[in-house]
Amino acid sequence: MTKGRYGIHGGQYIPETLMNAVLELEKAYEFYKNDPEFLNELQALYREYANRPSLLYYAEKMTNDLGGAKIYLKREDLNHTGAHKINNVLGQCLLAKKMGKKRVIAETGAGQHGVATATVAALMGMDCVVYMGKEDTERQALNVFRMELLGAKVVAVESGTQTLKDAVNEAMRVWTAQVEDTFYVLGSVMGPHPYPEMVRDFQKVIGKEVKEQMLAKEGRLPDAVIACVGGGSNAMGLFYDFIPDEEVELIGVEAAGRGVNTAETAATIARGSEGIFHGMKSYFMQDEYGQIAPVYSISAGLDYPGIGPEHAYLHDIGRAKYVPCTDDESVEAFEYLSRMEGIIPAVESAHALSYAMKLAPTLSKDKIIVVNLSGRGDKDVAAIARYKGVNLHE
Amino acid sequence: MNKIKEAFQKHPKAFIPFITSGDPDLETTKKLIVAMAEAGAAVVELGIPFSDPVAEGEVIQAANMRALSKGCTTDKIFDMIKEVRTLTDVPLVFLTYVNPIFTYGVEKFYTKCEEVGVYGTIVPDVPFEEKAELLEAATKHGVDIISLIAPTSDARIKMIAKEATGYVYVVSSLGVTGVRSNITTDIGAIVEQIREVTDTPVAIGFGISTPEQAAAMAKVSDGAIVGSAIVKIVGEHGKDSVEPVREYVKQMVAAVEGV
Repeated sequence: MTKGRYGIHGGQYIPETLMNAVLELEKAYEFYKNDPEFLNELQALYREYANRPSLLYYAEKMTNDLGGAKIYLKREDLNHTGAHKINNVLGQCLLAKKMGKKRVIAETGAGQHGVATATVAALMGMDCVVYMGKEDTERQALNVFRMELLGAKVVAVESGTQTLKDAVNEAMRVWTAQVEDTFYVLGSVMGPHPYPEMVRDFQKVIGKEVKEQMLAKEGRLPDAVIACVGGGSNAMGLFYDFIPDEEVELIGVEAAGRGVNTAETAATIARGSEGIFHGMKSYFMQDEYGQIAPVYSISAGLDYPGIGPEHAYLHDIGRAKYVPCTDDESVEAFEYLSRMEGIIPAVESAHALSYAMKLAPTLSKDKIIVVNLSGRGDKDVAAIARYKGVNLHE
Repeated sequence: MNKIKEAFQKHPKAFIPFITSGDPDLETTKKLIVAMAEAGAAVVELGIPFSDPVAEGEVIQAANMRALSKGCTTDKIFDMIKEVRTLTDVPLVFLTYVNPIFTYGVEKFYTKCEEVGVYGTIVPDVPFEEKAELLEAATKHGVDIISLIAPTSDARIKMIAKEATGYVYVVSSLGVTGVRSNITTDIGAIVEQIREVTDTPVAIGFGISTPEQAAAMAKVSDGAIVGSAIVKIVGEHGKDSVEPVREYVKQMVAAVEGV
């Protein structure tokens, strides 16, 4: 087996033109991940720029209302730029800087990763181009303008389904042409090695903090930790430090769209099969001939036909469990949290919340669950209004 | 003897055209293969369309979408080739992505290749390091894995070339497939390094469209590969593309063989 494997998953399935760039990245990452100076700089950025550690908030009203397990929310939505994405981008852009790269490119779905990349590129004085599916630029018009304000160029990708997977395709194509001076800031725990490992390492601060905060507040580990999964970076970041703690259940929530048994879904573990795409072996939504299937979710951030290889592995060995959540359920959770706790969650994170709302009442009051509130919902307000048939005159 | 090797002996300067199977339909693909063989193509590269062709520029991306939207599948392509084999014995090579092969079943895929007479596969998203994914089944069925070498390959050139079979596909430029007005890479230096370690023929592709470019590439190697320029003709003329493609290939063969 080759490098970057999680069981049979992972690998480096990329064009020859990119191989030396990926090997160079791998070598640089192997060095800097153990370099105290790099790690100190990154910690300082997390603390001083991104507002870490993020709060672990006890959702008391929600807990009482649901009448079961205690619910804690990991407030990644309070990070600078409003989502967990900044953790990874600070890491990768700092690495890019150390490698002497002056130009970064990124793909984005909901726009959160694009906004984070545009933000850090501005901070570090780098040129930035973000590729975004045309359909997503329409669903998330505000984030497009936000990226432009930050000095990035946003390219609307018109090929294929015009969503996240096509944005990744286009970023890869452009990277192939500009590989000599460009660093590709991949937004999730996917793609060729070393990306799944590197992105997970930059996100694992989430789970590490949860562990410390939970021990300080409750004197014990939680019974379950829950996160939404598209590519799976916020979930991998939350899960990683808990993998050895067998008593902690790891639950990933996939976007079922209009239903896991409909064609309009993005629930890869529930509906996908083994394949090789976007540089990795993992599970993908595809037909019998290996054509990648169009996927659908109300959430642009979860609208991806694959899942990171380490999640595929955690699923295979039964260490993590993956459950689906529909558009309707996520919108219900979106509204519930807004009214119950005064926190508007990202529609992605609302998928994780929705499952917590199902799970909590089935557990006794001495149980504890943690939901990763991976992003804030301001970006989704207009889309939710549309979904509910409310006509906003913006 | 290996059919690809034989082709390069017969055509010391080889012209290798590429078309996407099923664009605009498989009946036309069949006619195009025969016409290109008659026009003097040494080998014909056939694309198996993929939903997400990340190494392709706009022209071939569009051809992939046209073929898939008409219901072209891997099985239908194998059936079409069976019929082609009653009309021409031109060596055929597949170009596709790893997922269609993996999902079809690697062993089943190469068994079918052997059955219908496809002698090589070019899979842009399987680099040297991941070759084991396909190698065993391909070798067992006598199908060459054709390796790509890029302008960025540097120290990897010899490592890849040493194990190359069929022909070595040298990518002329950075980026994806598509017509380019200028090719600036020092191809000669790359070919020289390849020749130091292998006798496997070397063909150059990506960006070539004119007879002059093809001749220049054939001068420093054993052949020129042209995809987008032909796929563009097919895109413009659809079912009526057979004669214009035949004329184009004739002209390119003359340019390549004339060096």
